[in-house]
Amino acid sequence: MDIIDRTFGIHAQALELRSTRLGLIASNIANAATPGYKARDLDIRAALDGASVADAIKFRVPSQTSIDGNTVELSTEQMQFAENAVQYRTTLAFLNGRISTLMTALKGGE
Amino acid sequence: MMPPLPGIRTMPGIVARPFSLFDIAGRAMSAQLVRLNTTASNLANAGSVAGSEAGAYQPKKPLFATAYDRVASGRATVDVERIVTAHAQPERRHDPTHPLADKNGDVWVAAVDSNQELVEMVETARQYANNVEVLQAAKVLTLDTLRLGK
Repeated sequence: MDIIDRTFGIHAQALELRSTRLGLIASNIANAATPGYKARDLDIRAALDGASVADAIKFRVPSQTSIDGNTVELSTEQMQFAENAVQYRTTLAFLNGRISTLMTALKGGE
Repeated sequence: MMPPLPGIRTMPGIVARPFSLFDIAGRAMSAQLVRLNTTASNLANAGSVAGSEAGAYQPKKPLFATAYDRVASGRATVDVERIVTAHAQPERRHDPTHPLADKNGDVWVAAVDSNQELVEMVETARQYANNVEVLQAAKVLTLDTLRLGK
């Protein structure tokens, strides 16, 4: 384990997963009106526990089915998108904290 | 691996990459814009009159299709596959004084359901706005990531 891995810990992987999830939810929002489209989401906990990203991508279970087979519910997607964007920024804040700690140590507290 | 999308040329030497958030939201916005254009055409022709059944305006509808990227990343956007003409029966109206009336004194009114088109317009505007939100969030997060450590 090199210094970069030790510094960033789980947050480096978490940032990548958050970015993947952002893309999936953006895809769902883009396909809100496409007949037959099945909404998908990433199970971040499963992916952090060691599952591959492909295995952690799952179909969303809609609370109501629609007649054209589309399972995108805009309110759900908007909520998840906002939540994930906040979590992405949280991860960025953690990373920034680690980097500034490292920089302080490198510069000897100057 | 997804097969290449129809209409997209595979350039030699260009590596297939997953869709960026900007691809996803941008293409969805252009698809919604096509939908808004067809709705506008339909609404503009609501109540338009023709002298024959075949000559009457037929409402147009875009056919949306999911587009996956070529690296099977799970990301997808939407394209308008084509614009179809809905074969709705034009309404026959007996109006012998109309200059376009045929020999029976009938004219044909375009079968546009204005209420349905207006609902479609509101839905299109809402979904377009959602994609703009995605684009804004993507921009802010990308710029924040660029500033990492500064």
